[in-house]
Amino acid sequence: MIDLHGYGPRLFEGALVTIELAILSLILAVVLGLLTASAKMSRSWPLHRLGTLYTTIIRGVPDLVLMMLLFFGGQIGINMFTDMLYDRYDIDIFINVNEFVAGVITIGLIFGAYMGETFRGAFLAVDSGQIEAGRAYGMSQWLVFRRIRFPLMMRHALPGLSNNWMVLLKTTALVSVIGLSDMVRVASEASKATREPFTFMIIVAAIYLLIATFSEWGFAHLQKRYNVGFGESH
Amino acid sequence: MAATPIPLEVRNIKKRFGNTEVLKGLSLQAHKGDVITLIGASGSGKSTFLRCMNLLEQPNEGDLIVHGEEIRFKETRHGREPADWKQVVRMRAKLSMVFQSFNLWSHMTLLENVIEAPVHVLGKPKKEAVEQAHALLERVGLSERADYYPAQMSGGQQQRGAIARALAMDPEVMLFDEPTSALDPELVGDVLKVMRDLADEGRTMIVVTHEMSFARDVSTQVIYLHQGLVEEAGPPAEVLGNPKSERLKQFLAPKH
Amino acid sequence: MEALIANITELLAENTIFNAQTLGYYGEGLVTTVQLVFLSLIIGLVLAIPLAIGRGSKRKWIKMPIFFYTYVFRGTPLLVQLYLIYYGVVFVEGIQDTWLWLILERPFYPALIAFTLNTAAYTTEIFHGAIKATSRGEIEAARAYGMSYSLMMRRIILPSAFRRALPAYGNEVIFMLHASAIASVVTIMDLTGAARFVYARFYAPFEAFLFVAAIYLCLTFAILYLFRYLEKRMLAHLKPASQ
Repeated sequence: MIDLHGYGPRLFEGALVTIELAILSLILAVVLGLLTASAKMSRSWPLHRLGTLYTTIIRGVPDLVLMMLLFFGGQIGINMFTDMLYDRYDIDIFINVNEFVAGVITIGLIFGAYMGETFRGAFLAVDSGQIEAGRAYGMSQWLVFRRIRFPLMMRHALPGLSNNWMVLLKTTALVSVIGLSDMVRVASEASKATREPFTFMIIVAAIYLLIATFSEWGFAHLQKRYNVGFGESH
Repeated sequence: MAATPIPLEVRNIKKRFGNTEVLKGLSLQAHKGDVITLIGASGSGKSTFLRCMNLLEQPNEGDLIVHGEEIRFKETRHGREPADWKQVVRMRAKLSMVFQSFNLWSHMTLLENVIEAPVHVLGKPKKEAVEQAHALLERVGLSERADYYPAQMSGGQQQRGAIARALAMDPEVMLFDEPTSALDPELVGDVLKVMRDLADEGRTMIVVTHEMSFARDVSTQVIYLHQGLVEEAGPPAEVLGNPKSERLKQFLAPKH
Repeated sequence: MEALIANITELLAENTIFNAQTLGYYGEGLVTTVQLVFLSLIIGLVLAIPLAIGRGSKRKWIKMPIFFYTYVFRGTPLLVQLYLIYYGVVFVEGIQDTWLWLILERPFYPALIAFTLNTAAYTTEIFHGAIKATSRGEIEAARAYGMSYSLMMRRIILPSAFRRALPAYGNEVIFMLHASAIASVVTIMDLTGAARFVYARFYAPFEAFLFVAAIYLCLTFAILYLFRYLEKRMLAHLKPASQ
């Protein structure tokens, strides 16, 4: 490991935090996104309203503000809840909001809204005739979803998914502000301590570019797979 | 020799795309008032030939003389190119083209389309250009459409508008590249009528078309191209009425 | 009913957080945010136009550096760019003795530089895409009518590309508004900075951040409606006539 005034290993750990955080948030965001898309497409209007409210508010407020609200407010909210449990039911528990978990939840919550829009568009783009064909051959609702609707939807969703992932990756940098030791935080501390901001910030920038370039390549690969049967993939 | 120069003369034009030679030495003289129609099957090179005349395609060999002025070329690493782009710009302003797919500028109204090149290329005062544009739109039957955008008009209207745009340049020669091919059959008539009127008033025109009735009734000369060469050329009565080559006979035979 | 009114009066009386002073902070924060976003967008736009034209150039030595610039600025977090410029400037040897320091000393300017470079990179790509999407036929018509490259760029390509780029540029404006929240990280008292101050002072995260979230939401909607209006006016030419 390169030493970098002793910051090398810490920077490496920070990079791992960034990657773990990004991947876990992505998983949460995809799950939330699928739920939101179904809510927004459902016939029940409270669900529809709820989905719309969620995507509108999240997409109308800066990520950093949401992150601070959930991180700083979250602890107080949980304390209020545990206090209430203690006062009323004499249950004594203590929950401490871990920065990493708070980071995953916040980023997942934010990108769930963006994913919801992506998935909704993709579901709507699927040719309904092919769904009907599935039903006509006696497939169950779930089988139609798993074997026909989902793979067809993914083809339309992948470009948006890839785009959301790139933005999500960059958004993880914000967790450094709420005290999580991702690579940006390490680099910022190292910059101040060693008075060599260029060295550290450029290394961090290069790592982001590297991850982005790798992901781009991975998504191109996936796109090829889901584009099977749709003529030449570009 | 004080004779007025010929509006357009091209000599021995050759054009290659990669290894395929699509034009194998074509020549043509358009005198004042000539209406020359270029006919031929698709792939015969007729559109490419027309596009070489105003250098939308760069011919690999051959000469172009516009109103007595010969276009100068130079050899570069990328092949032959015009030596002086200012000369090309001047030359293009004398030859205005009407395209198969109209190509009106979509962000401008019809009136703005018509005055655009006269004002910004020829440097005409705007007021004068607007007056002229209104007169031209009236001629092609579109005076009420002056403030419409291209997307708000039918194909036939767009093409008549495009002809007005071409006329606004006071061109020496008008080049028509299959002007009715992209139109619904019921809209072809209006466009052809405008073109007939232009021929009647003595405009010099070179027309690539599939409309045999136009070629027969309006043109002064018909050129039948086959695989980048002139197969037959002459007055329409001769070429269309009494075709000599087997290929042209087949080309003119009624399709079922 | 009377109980309700009494309740409300009581609530307002006990409202120690939103007093004239804190509202003043939010007001100043709003001004700073709007200044920062507006200035960086305007300068970024001016930079992006020539860059977008150059990005589509056939010459490698023009095209490649611009591509590299947009790739780096779009591929890394704005926060890293901000740190790089903010800390970087401070640590440049001898800068504190020059007149430049008078400007750069305040964090506002390093932030403005970072935001401008960032939005210019995104806007360059948006315009580049819009220029590339210009109809080939319309370009051909411009050439056939004797337009030079610069005249064609000015009269045909750019005006239609600007219109096409409008929806994507609207998203970029909203993105910049939201991204500007990180200015608070380098001690700028923008909207988010004001909220953090109020939070720290009263330890009231819900009040401090929900209030500022509502302001951002209003600004976002204002931008959204502005662009919807612009699109309606400027993209009218793409819609077929309604009659």
